[in-house]
Amino acid sequence: MPTRKLIIDGQEIEADDNLTLLQACESTGAEIPRFCYHERLSVAGNCRMCLVEWVGAPKPQASCALQVRDIFPNKDGTPAKINTNSPIARKAREGVMEFLLINHPLDCPICDQGGECDLQDQAMGYGRAAFNRFHEQKRAVEEKYMGPLVKTVMTRCIQCTRCIRFATEVAGVPDLGATGRGEDMEITTYLEKAFASELSGNIVDLCPVGALTSKPYTFTARPWELRHTDSVDVMDAQGCAIRIDSRGPQVMRVLPRLNEDVNEEWIGDKTRHACDGLLRQRLDRPYIRKSGKLQPATWSEAFAAIAAKLATTVPEKMAAIVGDLAAAEEIKALKDLMAALGVKNIDCRQDGAKLGGARQSYLFNTTIAGVEAADAILIVGANPRWEAPVLNARIRKAWLASGVKIAGIGVTMDQTYPVTDLGAGTDMLEQIAAGTHAFAQILRDAKRPMLILGTSAISRADGAAILKLAAKIAADTGMIGPAGSAAEGGWNGFNVLHTAASRVAALDLGFVPGEAGRDVAAIVDGAQKGEIEFIYSLGADEFDVGHLGRAFVVYQGSHGDAGAHNADVILPGAAYTEKEGLYVNFEGRVQPAHRAVFPPGEAKEDWTILRALSDVLGKRLPYDTLDALRAALVADAPHFADHHELVPHGGASATDWAAVGAAGPLDTSRPLGSTMTDFYLTNPIARASATMAECSREFVAGSAKMAAE
Amino acid sequence: MLADKDRIFTNIYGLQDKSVAGAKSRGLWDGTKKILEMTPEAICEVVKKSGLRGRGGAGFATGLKWTFMPKEVKDRPHYLVVNADESEPGTCKDREIMRNDPHHLIEGCLIACYAMRAHTAYIYVRGEFVREREALQAAIDECYEKKLIGKDNVHGWDFDCFVHHGAGAYICGEETALLESFEGKKGMPRMKPPFPANMGIYGCPTTVNNVESIAVVPTIMRRGPEWFASFGRPNNTGTKLFQISGHVNTPCVVEESLSIPMKELIEKYAGGVRGGWDNLLAVIPGGASCPMIPKSVCDEVLMDFDSLKAVNSSLGTAAVIVMDKSTDLVKTIARYAYFYKHESCGQCTPCREGTGWMWRVMKRLETGDARVEEIDQLWDVGKQCEGHTICGLGDAAPWPIQGLIRHFRPELERRIAERQSQKVAAE
Repeated sequence: MPTRKLIIDGQEIEADDNLTLLQACESTGAEIPRFCYHERLSVAGNCRMCLVEWVGAPKPQASCALQVRDIFPNKDGTPAKINTNSPIARKAREGVMEFLLINHPLDCPICDQGGECDLQDQAMGYGRAAFNRFHEQKRAVEEKYMGPLVKTVMTRCIQCTRCIRFATEVAGVPDLGATGRGEDMEITTYLEKAFASELSGNIVDLCPVGALTSKPYTFTARPWELRHTDSVDVMDAQGCAIRIDSRGPQVMRVLPRLNEDVNEEWIGDKTRHACDGLLRQRLDRPYIRKSGKLQPATWSEAFAAIAAKLATTVPEKMAAIVGDLAAAEEIKALKDLMAALGVKNIDCRQDGAKLGGARQSYLFNTTIAGVEAADAILIVGANPRWEAPVLNARIRKAWLASGVKIAGIGVTMDQTYPVTDLGAGTDMLEQIAAGTHAFAQILRDAKRPMLILGTSAISRADGAAILKLAAKIAADTGMIGPAGSAAEGGWNGFNVLHTAASRVAALDLGFVPGEAGRDVAAIVDGAQKGEIEFIYSLGADEFDVGHLGRAFVVYQGSHGDAGAHNADVILPGAAYTEKEGLYVNFEGRVQPAHRAVFPPGEAKEDWTILRALSDVLGKRLPYDTLDALRAALVADAPHFADHHELVPHGGASATDWAAVGAAGPLDTSRPLGSTMTDFYLTNPIARASATMAECSREFVAGSAKMAAE
Repeated sequence: MLADKDRIFTNIYGLQDKSVAGAKSRGLWDGTKKILEMTPEAICEVVKKSGLRGRGGAGFATGLKWTFMPKEVKDRPHYLVVNADESEPGTCKDREIMRNDPHHLIEGCLIACYAMRAHTAYIYVRGEFVREREALQAAIDECYEKKLIGKDNVHGWDFDCFVHHGAGAYICGEETALLESFEGKKGMPRMKPPFPANMGIYGCPTTVNNVESIAVVPTIMRRGPEWFASFGRPNNTGTKLFQISGHVNTPCVVEESLSIPMKELIEKYAGGVRGGWDNLLAVIPGGASCPMIPKSVCDEVLMDFDSLKAVNSSLGTAAVIVMDKSTDLVKTIARYAYFYKHESCGQCTPCREGTGWMWRVMKRLETGDARVEEIDQLWDVGKQCEGHTICGLGDAAPWPIQGLIRHFRPELERRIAERQSQKVAAE
């Protein structure tokens, strides 16, 4: 990499030619103020706050826009001198700051950005205190409507255009733009329609001032009142890094945290805004169904009711189902309890996905960061934009950078990048598997081809056959390279796109039917026929809970959703913000979630409920502390010891891949496609959230209406 | 006085035949093939030697600019873009060329393209110039018809010339904003570097030249650089179209040698200042963005780049705006300030906020409704805007105001005092 010498603030450094001057300056420890510049967006160079002095140049230079390669040495051959804090640079910035402030309202006391505002912070450094010489009227700008999540106070806007660049470049929804010019320039959505992106909340984080703030969070808290807890998101299976901001017993908001490997610094709107659902519909005490009605009960009464039922039920008539939001700890505890009871009817695949077995057959093997290296992608029966919006932004990034060829079978929605539509028929999958379709050739020719298989595609009756075809495509088109992840020089292009945060952990722990055990569909079927009399549901709300016949259902979970309504005993558990728990994302990355607040009322952390219940049942689980439980987890599956890191999975031999799925007839009458009908309402927390309900009305129901017109 | 035989634009008033035949009769399209037999380097050398400086306002050496283009055409084609977005208030020379003497421009495009190894020239015509575009297009069509340009033309260098019509924004006269606008985007200046010679339209090497800069090239090639350099002073050579407007008896566009004394220019061609030279108050020598100079300076100053720079102004496009003693200078400059506020693209903070601020203060100064300190403050705000923006509009916007303060500060102070006394009287 060519470099060149620069003297920055008297310190001589060797700077990479590809850096911008701003980056080079920061590498020496200099602080450069900025508003429009953002690492992940294109360079606009318009705020002029990052001006530095290049000794000898006639004007101060915008360091964000000047590349090191364009800085030539002095005439005598000495390195160019850059001053980041000289009187010239300071004066220039002070001038820019004054210009920014003259038309910026002095409403910090009533601005939600107050306390975490770039303009406020930088005004401390570059504002001219007690020096006001602007005697004209300040500009007022009309508010814009940007949807239920983004509140606008456009008078505060400093026209940095970060939001426009985010919408256009990252989100791929070019709804934002600037109208007018000069001081009349205004940021707006096209014809005042809502900013229809699943990533819209990120523009609030990007906005350096209080022009775009979070609508649901409006006037609820000040940043300095909040306690920050680093955690991981469970709204989809990507495991985005989040920061939970809480005040007292309440989660006030969720913000993204930097994690280059997973979410860079974006999160989806569900992740960000479903947190009001943590306050509603909560199960805060145990309940027992008496005379057909759920009655409040104590923990010991609830446990006694369960014990009484179990005493009269044989293990073959018992079943357990793990829901989508469970952490690894309670899955492990439930599995151990069921094993102690001799129950084989256990399952974690509420949707009926035909997954299990070898780890690489159900992971997103390419890894999220690995997507950027792909040169051909086939999406089968998935809707990445809804099922993992942040991953979708990564795919878009890859497409923008390399123009990767993307085709989809059963991909109906606009994915924000061009997807060649191959139709939705299963026959198309067969053609590609047989190598007769043109895209099969593209996959074969690609160096790093990728297949993204939606769980919707393998949840069908013919899911196992589809999985087998997908595995065949992966094996035949060279998707399975040498062992290891892309980072290690290998390549595995077979990817299952999970939507449930608990799924990979549960599969890792083998929470699938034992020998002759029943899966979810068979459990439901058995319950209706009276063959299953006891069902333990660990927050399972996404299956046919209304048709469990006369089975005795124990629901352990956080929200009074479908599962709880049909339960005989309710054990109040903790939501993901209220417990220490390990989650495994679809890449197989183990990430800890941390407790930000306590569970409400009598609700308890979930593994402790199972531990206490096991005591009552006389099957005491052999762990008394979280550490002991995690040690047991690691004993079961060693990768649970490596948090945040990806365990390199072994290369799969041809025989391994041949064993994935099962041959069978394809249902040609049913098209492939994602079964997610509403991005905003996919789990009990989101369904309890008023914000998500509003988004659903605006973006999902609204678009349906438009389509009908 | 420039002799008729030395005029380049022989049909600038449109009194003669504008067709190819007419142009040929005035010596155009003569020996073009022979010119194109020179090497591109040699052509650049001739233009360099002639001392031709860009006629669009900045006065950058045209020949030197051409040599910034890559020496070889690699994977990206080269382009010439002609800036015919003539929007500087007071300027009206390019439109005359396009309307009446378009073959200078077209032939110039051909030669310039050859010198820069380009096969395509785009002429970006200002949105308001409808007739100019039509005239130019007609001339280009005729050239195509006569095989003077186009593929397999008589000159042996494939060359296409397209007219692009702008949408009417002053900022699109800035070369990179012009390129953005040309590409169909919002006319907002790009950051430099990369310079257009490296990354211009569609990311390809591009040179942007003013209409007049290109239009004088064929004559320079024919008559030799020494001939062109014989006019004016060193570093300020050649002939130039001057446009004299305002309080003169016969406003006009006229070609003259550079370095002609301003007084001579006004008296000889524009019929003198209305009411006589002594009735002169101030002159804006090069279009709205050039700071004004008072009569005392006008008496002696020469119309060229260096001498106007020496008096804190600039030649700009040589659009001389003459103001006699009846002029309300403050009101004039307030209107200019409004113009810049209105035309700022809004991209950079200093220009977006500064132009509006300066206009508002100017508006109050017009009636004297301000404090004396605000004059210094206005100066300071201008300095804070100048040099801190992506393009030159942020630099140019404060210049007229600076010119006013520099030379007519007593007038500003008088108005403030007068207004003050009125207020006191009213109480």
